[in-house]
Amino acid sequence: MKAAGFRFLRARCVAEALALKAEHGEDARFIAGGQSLVPALNLRLLEPRALIDIAGLPELTGIRVERGRLVIGALTRHAALTGDPLVAAHAPLLLEALPYVAHAAIRNRGTFGGSIALADPAAEWPACCLALDATMVLTGPHAEGERRVPATEFFRGLYATALGPDDLLLRVEIPCQPAGTRNAALELARRHGDFAIVGVAATASDRELKDARIAFFGVADRPMRFAEVERALAVEGVSAAAEALARQVDPPADLYHSAATKRHLAGVLLRRAVDRLRGAA
Amino acid sequence: MNRILREAADTPAIGAAVPRPNGRRLLEGRGRYVDDIALPRMAHVAFLRSPHAHARILAIRAETARGMPGVLDVVTGQDLAETVQPFAGLLVHFKGMKSAQQRCIAVDRAAWQGEPVAAVVAETRRQAEDAAARIEVEYEPLPAVGSLAAAAEPGGMIAQPELGDNVCFTREVEGGDWDRAMAQADLVVERSFRFPRHTGVCPEGRSVIGDWNPADRRLTVHISHQAPHMIQDCYARLLGLSESDVRVVCPDVGGSYGIKTHVYGDELATCALSMRIGRPVKFVADRLESFLSDIHNRDHAVTAKLAVKRDGTILALGYEGTQAIGPYSVYPRTSVVEGNQIANICGQWYRLQGYRAKVRALFTNLAPYSNYRAVGHPVAVGVTEGLVDAAARQIGMDPAEIRRRNLLRDEDFPLQTPSGMKFEGMSHHRCLDTVLRMMDYDSLRADQAEARRRGVYRGIGLASMIEITNPSAMFYGVGGARISAQDGCTVRLEPQGGIMVLHGCGEQGQGTETIFAQVVADAVGVPMGRVRLVTGDTDATPYGGGTWASRGAGVGGEAAWQAGRALRKSILDLAATIHQRDAAQLDIRGGIVVDAATGEQVTDLAEVGRVAYFRPDTLGGVRPELSVTRHYLPTQYAFAFTNGILACHLEVDPDTGFMKLLKFWAVEDCGKVLNPLLVEEQMRGAIVQGIGPTLLEECLYDERGQMLNGSMVDYLVPMAAEMPDMEVAHIETPTRESAIGAKGAGEAGTAGAPAAIMNALNDALSPFGAELTEMPFTPERILRALGKS
Amino acid sequence: MDEEIELAFTLNGKAVRRRVPVRLHAVDLLREVFGLSGPRVACEHGICGACTLRVDGQLARGCLLLAPQLEGTDVWTIEGLTATGEIADLQNEFHARNAMQCGWCTAGMLITAAEILDAPAPMDRQAIREHLSGNYCRCTGYQAIVDAVEATRQARAAGRSAA
Repeated sequence: MKAAGFRFLRARCVAEALALKAEHGEDARFIAGGQSLVPALNLRLLEPRALIDIAGLPELTGIRVERGRLVIGALTRHAALTGDPLVAAHAPLLLEALPYVAHAAIRNRGTFGGSIALADPAAEWPACCLALDATMVLTGPHAEGERRVPATEFFRGLYATALGPDDLLLRVEIPCQPAGTRNAALELARRHGDFAIVGVAATASDRELKDARIAFFGVADRPMRFAEVERALAVEGVSAAAEALARQVDPPADLYHSAATKRHLAGVLLRRAVDRLRGAA
Repeated sequence: MNRILREAADTPAIGAAVPRPNGRRLLEGRGRYVDDIALPRMAHVAFLRSPHAHARILAIRAETARGMPGVLDVVTGQDLAETVQPFAGLLVHFKGMKSAQQRCIAVDRAAWQGEPVAAVVAETRRQAEDAAARIEVEYEPLPAVGSLAAAAEPGGMIAQPELGDNVCFTREVEGGDWDRAMAQADLVVERSFRFPRHTGVCPEGRSVIGDWNPADRRLTVHISHQAPHMIQDCYARLLGLSESDVRVVCPDVGGSYGIKTHVYGDELATCALSMRIGRPVKFVADRLESFLSDIHNRDHAVTAKLAVKRDGTILALGYEGTQAIGPYSVYPRTSVVEGNQIANICGQWYRLQGYRAKVRALFTNLAPYSNYRAVGHPVAVGVTEGLVDAAARQIGMDPAEIRRRNLLRDEDFPLQTPSGMKFEGMSHHRCLDTVLRMMDYDSLRADQAEARRRGVYRGIGLASMIEITNPSAMFYGVGGARISAQDGCTVRLEPQGGIMVLHGCGEQGQGTETIFAQVVADAVGVPMGRVRLVTGDTDATPYGGGTWASRGAGVGGEAAWQAGRALRKSILDLAATIHQRDAAQLDIRGGIVVDAATGEQVTDLAEVGRVAYFRPDTLGGVRPELSVTRHYLPTQYAFAFTNGILACHLEVDPDTGFMKLLKFWAVEDCGKVLNPLLVEEQMRGAIVQGIGPTLLEECLYDERGQMLNGSMVDYLVPMAAEMPDMEVAHIETPTRESAIGAKGAGEAGTAGAPAAIMNALNDALSPFGAELTEMPFTPERILRALGKS
Repeated sequence: MDEEIELAFTLNGKAVRRRVPVRLHAVDLLREVFGLSGPRVACEHGICGACTLRVDGQLARGCLLLAPQLEGTDVWTIEGLTATGEIADLQNEFHARNAMQCGWCTAGMLITAAEILDAPAPMDRQAIREHLSGNYCRCTGYQAIVDAVEATRQARAAGRSAA
């Protein structure tokens, strides 16, 4: 199928992007990398009257460290994380997850912020943000400047986030992880590069796992941490954590996997992630 | 100085691993497929398709669409009902089969989700889609048969109410002495199997340009297809034209695998639309409409049993299977060949004393269903080999040993099987021995035992098999289908000494043209580089069936050989006349006419061509005839059966149900191997097409007949990362029916891979007492078999 | 009327400028407006890789790029890469092994493979397979493609160490 017609409007700065959005309202959509939006256009699942191209916004680019935070501009391409020394030093969990993100061609065009704004429940970056206690920085026509939303409040449901229809994700801020932090990113997919059936992104300050932060993806309508699981792991160990997970997690079935299968697989990944966290740093 | 050539040819082309000369253009982006053809004034069509699996069409409102930019024509099924005849795949040798008549665009009622209900012709595809989206159709949804189970339910819904029930075709076969065989059995192993509905996912969607030229009163059809003459015949009759009014051209084809051997309503309608507007009209199926309108296949539910003795002797096999076809029997090959072939071949490579098969094809309101690569074979091989392994496990015998005891032996041939098939010659035991050696079977078994002690579960699976190739007229012609079993080849000496070959079998990437060039080169006695091919044009080539059912090399190749030999004789006769020699003492070697005894050059083909075409007046009344045509049809055997064995090594993670394919081995006997490079690549590609529906591929539908995974996001095709390396070897048992001795090689991997995987999986899971016979083997199904989900 | 845009970019080494409909994706743009036949679509939703292009030195899915997004970019297709001879060795290895059957996926596969031919770190077959895993081939079963890529990598590495 071929996309329905639209206008293509280039924004040169955030203010212009927001102004264009305000002008065109619900008929317009932002486009950054377009790796999720363009398929939807081609399939005529979406027929916006206008696309506002934000790929050239200077405010949304770059990876840097500011005041103990790793700041990733929303337009950062997935591939740009590869071999980035700041990411390697301050949020190596992202690099563990990166090989699972789609395929090379998609990683070259798709953006970190786009993935977070889309909030596919089976995607890697939202879960990583949750595990890393990231803060999303957004702006919009009605906001007084920037809004900061912690990951725990950002992901609100199936493809639903704290972003309003006219809002723009500017950047993601991740507290720099101390050296020696342990990380594990694991997922199960039928084919390399597919969205996960279930996945886990976890981090802990040491092998005792008293403060492990374990985010699951593919198990709910959004990435999920389970306080009871993390508590059980800290207090009683992995078996108790797995039991807690089995009680807590209620995954939606997908085309090929029932809720029961996904629950089981989440438990397997939990054990494997714990093994990884406890392994050599 | 004259060359001296002592050998028949410097190096024979037949049997050499020659890369495809026509592959170069594909590597440079110079392939020419239907979508690459842009004709003057060409328009584009988009089809509006039924969103319902079964619905009455109450009204179609197209006024808005007609007024949209670029729109040239908007039609409904009713608009084409007068000019395009209805069709259904009905063959008289499939006794008792029935089908409703299909329209190229639905009239009054849509019978599957995806059936065209209207068409828009516009200047661009985008404009056609814009307008199609504005057509309003009022539907009254009808009860739909959304699955095999629903079709089989007594008193259930009926896919085509006018037919009275859902039964398209049934057949029962019995051979040998069933009762006597069963009476000797120590045990009877019975299993139920499920083979999923899947589809071809040709990289190039179905594509056609209908180009009606009112001035010439002629329709040229550029189409991505495997059988140009069949399309010519069908389209002429369905469009009310004479055969000579229709020219069919098949350029490069981006994958076909049997998907492109059928008549599709949308493609036919595209030609009818060209006739309406008097301009060329292009249709290229996009991926979404491909999932909904390309033929689907398999979808079998089977219960089968194998009677054996404690010593491993196999006595009898009983098969009972039902397949879910679509709402119509697909024209013109029908939708029942798959079940029919299963009844013909299931288990027949073992020394059975008794055989019973009962097959049934039921209509549904799912997408149309017909032949796809390895028609019926994955089911027949899967059931047979699954039962053989189940029996071996039950009596505690090694899977290789039970096969050694029961596979047909070389001395058994020729023979007629209990199902009535005639086998000329096979090499099951040599294939078995070879594959066991290649895979180092004993070492793999030792590795398996060692790995299990570490909690690693590996499995080894064998699948012996046969494949139907080189079909005779007993396949379709006998049933009244105008599908040619013979094929023809014209070979022509060009004035400068080149050889032009025109052949009824075309190329879809298998290497057909390369094979013909090799065969003709050796038949005439010229280097392969001198041979040029023309295929895929009904105006140019001799009449033939095209490329399907693994017939290109065996049937087409023999026609090429016969034509090449005849041309060689004509050239030698002419050279003898020119040079006052005895033709019997001349030979053609490396493109040079030589004295057969001394190898001394007498003349060359360019000189023969010069005299023949420009100075025939010097020949004293001899009239040179340097274009010869030969046709070939196998007649002694209904099919040339090949045989082979596949072996699979895999590892299962019992925690996740994930399976990793470690390695595949294949030994195939396709008779004379004309080009080992191409045969091996056919085998590898076919194995992966067999792996697909065994692990990943399945057309998922809900109970209302809505396809749930009709995109490449959700329908999972095999990709590189999960596929294994595959080692291939050959045994050669040439057919004596033809001079070249080649049988077909295109489908064996697809036929055998599912069984090999199933047996390896169940071998891996045997410590858990788990067994799976329902494909695809998803993690979920494996976990369930392990009691973990 | 389709919205149009003035588009300027570099195509196979030559600067081009054309007024084009904005809603074309890059493959339709290159085929319809610039007459190329190397870029193809098999899914138009970003899965199959038949449309793979090299954009600004990196792999990209042509069907997931809208024409206006090509503004100012440097785009290479199989036609251009063939003309420069950059992947002649890889094309030869494909040919020798029949790593193209129907040919539909071939251009995308070659462009994808080209990206790893000079990667300095060793790459085992599984790593090559994973790099190619976004490109669908229905004919070959992938092995011949993996063989061809591996052989080309090895030959280039040997050439570098000999130089």
